[in-house]
Amino acid sequence: MATAKDGKGGNRPPLELHVPEPHYRPGDAVDFSHLSIPEPGAQPRPDEACDAKETHHLCDDLIRVLGDDDQAHGPWNPRLSPDTLRTMLREMALVRAFDMRMYRAQRQGKTSFYMKCTGEEATSVCATHALAADDMIFPSYRQQGCLIARGYELEEMINQIYSNKGDKLKGRQLPIMYCSKRLNFFTISGNLATQLPQATGFAMASASKGDSRIAATWVGEGSTAEGDFHSAMTFATVYNAPVIFNVINNQWAISSFSGFAGGERATFAARAVGYGIAGLRVDGNDALAVYAAERWAADRARSNGGPTLIEHFTYRAEGHSTSDDPTAYRSADEQDEWPLGDPVNRLKKHLIALGEWDEDRQAEQDAELDAMVKTAQKNAEKNGILGHGLHHPFHTMFEDVYEELPWNLKEQAEQAIRERAIKWPEGRPKS
Amino acid sequence: MSTETLSAEAPATDETGEARHMNMIEAINSALDVMLTRDSDVTLLGEDIGYFGGVFRCTAGLQEKHGKTRVFDTPISECGIIGVAVGMGAYGLRPVPEIQFADYIYPGLDQLISEAARLRYRSAAEFIAPMTVRSPFGGGIFGGQTHSQSPESIFTHVCGLKTVIPATPYDAKGLLISCIEDNDPVIFFEPKRIYNGPFDGYYDRPAKNWKGREDAQVPDGYYKIPLGKARTVTEGDAMTILAYGTMVHVAESVCREKGVAAEILDLRTLVPLDIEAIEASVKRTGRCLIVHEATRTSGFGAELSALVTERCFYHLEAPVERVTGFDTPYPHSLEWAYFPGPVRIGEAIDKILSE
Repeated sequence: MATAKDGKGGNRPPLELHVPEPHYRPGDAVDFSHLSIPEPGAQPRPDEACDAKETHHLCDDLIRVLGDDDQAHGPWNPRLSPDTLRTMLREMALVRAFDMRMYRAQRQGKTSFYMKCTGEEATSVCATHALAADDMIFPSYRQQGCLIARGYELEEMINQIYSNKGDKLKGRQLPIMYCSKRLNFFTISGNLATQLPQATGFAMASASKGDSRIAATWVGEGSTAEGDFHSAMTFATVYNAPVIFNVINNQWAISSFSGFAGGERATFAARAVGYGIAGLRVDGNDALAVYAAERWAADRARSNGGPTLIEHFTYRAEGHSTSDDPTAYRSADEQDEWPLGDPVNRLKKHLIALGEWDEDRQAEQDAELDAMVKTAQKNAEKNGILGHGLHHPFHTMFEDVYEELPWNLKEQAEQAIRERAIKWPEGRPKS
Repeated sequence: MSTETLSAEAPATDETGEARHMNMIEAINSALDVMLTRDSDVTLLGEDIGYFGGVFRCTAGLQEKHGKTRVFDTPISECGIIGVAVGMGAYGLRPVPEIQFADYIYPGLDQLISEAARLRYRSAAEFIAPMTVRSPFGGGIFGGQTHSQSPESIFTHVCGLKTVIPATPYDAKGLLISCIEDNDPVIFFEPKRIYNGPFDGYYDRPAKNWKGREDAQVPDGYYKIPLGKARTVTEGDAMTILAYGTMVHVAESVCREKGVAAEILDLRTLVPLDIEAIEASVKRTGRCLIVHEATRTSGFGAELSALVTERCFYHLEAPVERVTGFDTPYPHSLEWAYFPGPVRIGEAIDKILSE
């Protein structure tokens, strides 16, 4: 094919296709000094009722509260009680303990799949604390912190992860795709960003009924490339919907760095500008800043101020999932060099600096949480682990496709039961 | 008994009200009006459906009567329309989104297939998607390839969705009310060629309207036609003809003109399908013709043909025949060469009867 490069385009210069490339690959020394990390406390805090435009300079800034001195700074300091801070610390530590044990359970063959949220705990736990208990959460797949912050029983989570006979979702969903209507936590989809228009629709419904509940949704920065993100932004701005969009910019979407979602050109918070909605960009590893930003957006939404897009700038400290090996595509030094530190450690040091906590209590709590997770795991294992027969009865496979069982599913259910007698004459499937 | 008569399946009650003449647009409008009045959770959304009342006028006057928060215009984003309706359903509303043309529904497919259709299953019934997606479909109006498609088999292939297609004003209203009250997501395809009158398949004859027809006598009030029940359009022994939407009328006129006493079943709902009525009819007549306007390969006719063959093989006296649109996009200038009209249907009838 003749092209300009071969001199066929006259005097027009040949075009170049830009394919983004991350700063560091495996083996590279990591230097994050190109990231602009402003001083904590330096970001102004507009009133929740302000014109959306007044937030837009914050889309290129980074709201930070916790400083290197472990103190809280500036107008975004949410001035939470030590009790609340300790609760958030405990829940973040619990998420981490839970993640470690479930990761191990997957490696031990007790389930097929697991996803940790290490390094991102604040973006779910602390954001959830800023919402009311009846506000509806539309999570993505890495928001176990929301469920834990709402007090979901660990044993229920593990039953789901094991797809065992205790699993309330009847073994139908991939591990970690939880659902709890009781805790206002929407069912998780594996199809990315679909929850964004849904959260918007929930918020619109609540507003149309004159209710006071708002919706909050989470999405990874990579999934903001989906059409659903843009549909949701459009509907949210058109109807001034009481919804909060949390974009968790953890830098990586499996092996694709944020540049493949447009992160080289603009921040993810800056997308709020084009839609004319409020936008905030927050240090996602700063528990206080995350709480403050989410609370600001919740108060704004609840008083008919409309939607807010919050970019939580953080780092995915582990692989995408148990099926992923991040050493194959990124430098192992990135986690250690991440300039915004670790959210659990930072909140712990803040509480110690306040004289409200100490290392011994932390160690004691870690041991207690680990024991708690272990007990929950043991109890859940009484209901079975994946592939060891203690699943829900066969007929449940055909239920809930429709409210009522149609004739074709009745016929197919009979077939499945006939097959069972031939395939597993002893009564249960082998793993 | 799966194919009751009109009166048997919808006994008149006080709330059914007086019947009067309506075309299919008026019948759909009446169904929406009745449901907006009866159930404060019913909410209509879609492009141009509010103040303007819809490009086909199906929602005319409803915003003025029921208010802007219950009947409203949306951005041009089918993904957003369906996705927002899923969220409204999660809140507890009963949304009735309109997709302006079935040809435009594809950007909303992920929300329909991966979300609405799977919500009940994946949440073990904690969340449901009680929505009815209305959309005009089918050709015969010189709509070209982007305003003429019949994509029903895309949806019948998705477990968790129901697919409903009316062929008369009376059915359109009764079925639509059933769909709105149904707790599962339903695709309600409206055959736009017969919005204003039945179509005999002869494009070059004067258009007819619904006036004077019994199936256009529509009660003003509330009545339902159950999903999953076919309607016997004509009784006969020569063969069974399975059809839905516009093609019910085309098949009927062809049989009338050829003097063929066929038993025509208007399926009305493809999922759930009235398999009992199909089986009983084909076993009696021994011959089966399937007619649809959609493209042939993997069309719903393939499913019907397989079901009839599996269940009625030893009663068949001739191979099952399918009359369908061709496997091409809907061509603008050659619309009537594409359309499975009287010639194609007549040829298939002759073939079946010659066996």
